Amino acid sequence: MARMKFICDDDRCIECDACITACKNENEVPWGVNRRRVVTLNDGKADETSISVACMHCSDAPCAQVCPVNCFYTTEDGVVLHDKDLCIGCGYCFYACPFGAPQFPQDGAFGNRGKMDKCTFCAGGPEEDFSEAEFEKYGRNRLAEGKLPLCAEMCSTKALLAGDGDVISKLFSQRAVERQLNQEESDNSASGPKLWGWKTAYKE
Amino acid sequence: MFRLFPFLLLLSTEALADERTFWRQAREGVEGYSAVVGVETNKLIQATGSQWLYIRNELIAGTGAWVLALTVFALACFYLIRGKVCLTEPRSGEMIERWNKKERWLHFYTATLFIILAITGLSLLFGRSLIIDWVGHEAFANYAEYAKIIHNYAGPLFSVGLVLMGLIWFEDNKFRKIDGLWFRQLGGFIGNKHPSAGRMNGGEKAWFWLLMTAGFLVTVTGLNLDFPNLEQYRLVMQISHIIHSVAALLLIVGALAHIYIGTIGTEGALEGMITGKVDKTWAKQHHDLWLETLEKQSSTTCGERKHTTESISQNKSETLLKKS
Ligand code: SF4
Ligand code: SF4
Repeated sequence: MARMKFICDDDRCIECDACITACKNENEVPWGVNRRRVVTLNDGKADETSISVACMHCSDAPCAQVCPVNCFYTTEDGVVLHDKDLCIGCGYCFYACPFGAPQFPQDGAFGNRGKMDKCTFCAGGPEEDFSEAEFEKYGRNRLAEGKLPLCAEMCSTKALLAGDGDVISKLFSQRAVERQLNQEESDNSASGPKLWGWKTAYKE
Repeated sequence: MFRLFPFLLLLSTEALADERTFWRQAREGVEGYSAVVGVETNKLIQATGSQWLYIRNELIAGTGAWVLALTVFALACFYLIRGKVCLTEPRSGEMIERWNKKERWLHFYTATLFIILAITGLSLLFGRSLIIDWVGHEAFANYAEYAKIIHNYAGPLFSVGLVLMGLIWFEDNKFRKIDGLWFRQLGGFIGNKHPSAGRMNGGEKAWFWLLMTAGFLVTVTGLNLDFPNLEQYRLVMQISHIIHSVAALLLIVGALAHIYIGTIGTEGALEGMITGKVDKTWAKQHHDLWLETLEKQSSTTCGERKHTTESISQNKSETLLKKS
């Protein structure tokens, strides 16, 4: 069975933040919640690098291991989902997750956390596919429609890839190899093929 | 690790120097910029979460379960072997006030909240492995949601109780030399000795100070966990959670022993806390120095009282210490 994964190519991400917007719109996520975010390190310097990050749908998900009500499950496609009806908003998944993926709308006084919300790989939730309850709680179920997550689908530089882990990692390593070759060629001649990415832009 | 980051593996084989720097920075949690505003949204990876997971799931839950089970087991064994610590002399029928009304209210106010907090807190730690199979997933989740809320609100109320206890019982719980003797005679639990004690014996003082120190820790960390809207970093929350759990487990162990000793473990102890009065025989057996002080007090005039009280217990405990 395919295991769904995201890969973000840091050589291509131009920090346009369109993935964030696409996700917010497609899934109509709760106020104050962003399932995806773009982080730029070394902003404004020559080695400025951006990455789009959301839930990485870990194989041995730390969030699932600490959840006191055990509300996570992994779908056949390897997507890590959770059941909002069971979630108690304790925040433990957020403490355990390396990527800061779990998000919480405030619910009640003193910053009490509401039900956790996170990237679903556009795969909805435990409710019936395409049901209103599913959309309301988890957002669009694009996977059931035969489509991939919208963030990756509309990424203009194709930095963000989503899909079967084997397929996209092959694609990605092929890219990396070609980039290396191109790099060598363009180092040798001024008219070498153009590459994507910062190293070309900054003529390193 | 690599299962978590398949893309890291790919990138490292590429062996591009600056990419490696980037991923090293990412893993170290270097802060960058993100258009998404919020706490730590500008970090790609928060790496200590995996340590927190290990500490919570393996060390705290794993060891905690053993420690609690062993405590209950030890108390049960003790009860079977030693049985109740009974009065060795017949009751005199003369009753002495040991706990005034305020003290009794405060005790049961704090105790009730403690039990609520312990049960709801333990539910979040062990419920997944113990209760879900038993009551069903949905029922447990419903309960756990209330448990979380109740725990969050009962916590600060409990802390108020702790502070008041600290204020009214501080004087009585200062350690004195005589307490060392109490501990050396194992509090009279083993053997037939009745070690001397003032109003509080060595064991009560130990419990008081455990309450004060561990109670302080659970309060500070608990308040921190109560307000996730204060923009704490995850590291702060993880550390708070660890300290909170360890201190709470220590308190639960202490409370189990305290409840045992105060109920089925000692004849006459619970009635003292409920009615406020104890039999004179009981006072003599368990808190002889306190009884003497009381008796002396009632026979002196009020102006001399304080002075005499102190010197009596001082003299008595010195002779006792010399004897031992
Ligand atoms: S929420 Fe975090 S820990 Fe859980 S699967 Fe997603 S990335 Fe992994
Ligand atoms: S916030 Fe919800 S999903 Fe996360 S660990 Fe707590 S109960 Fe589980």
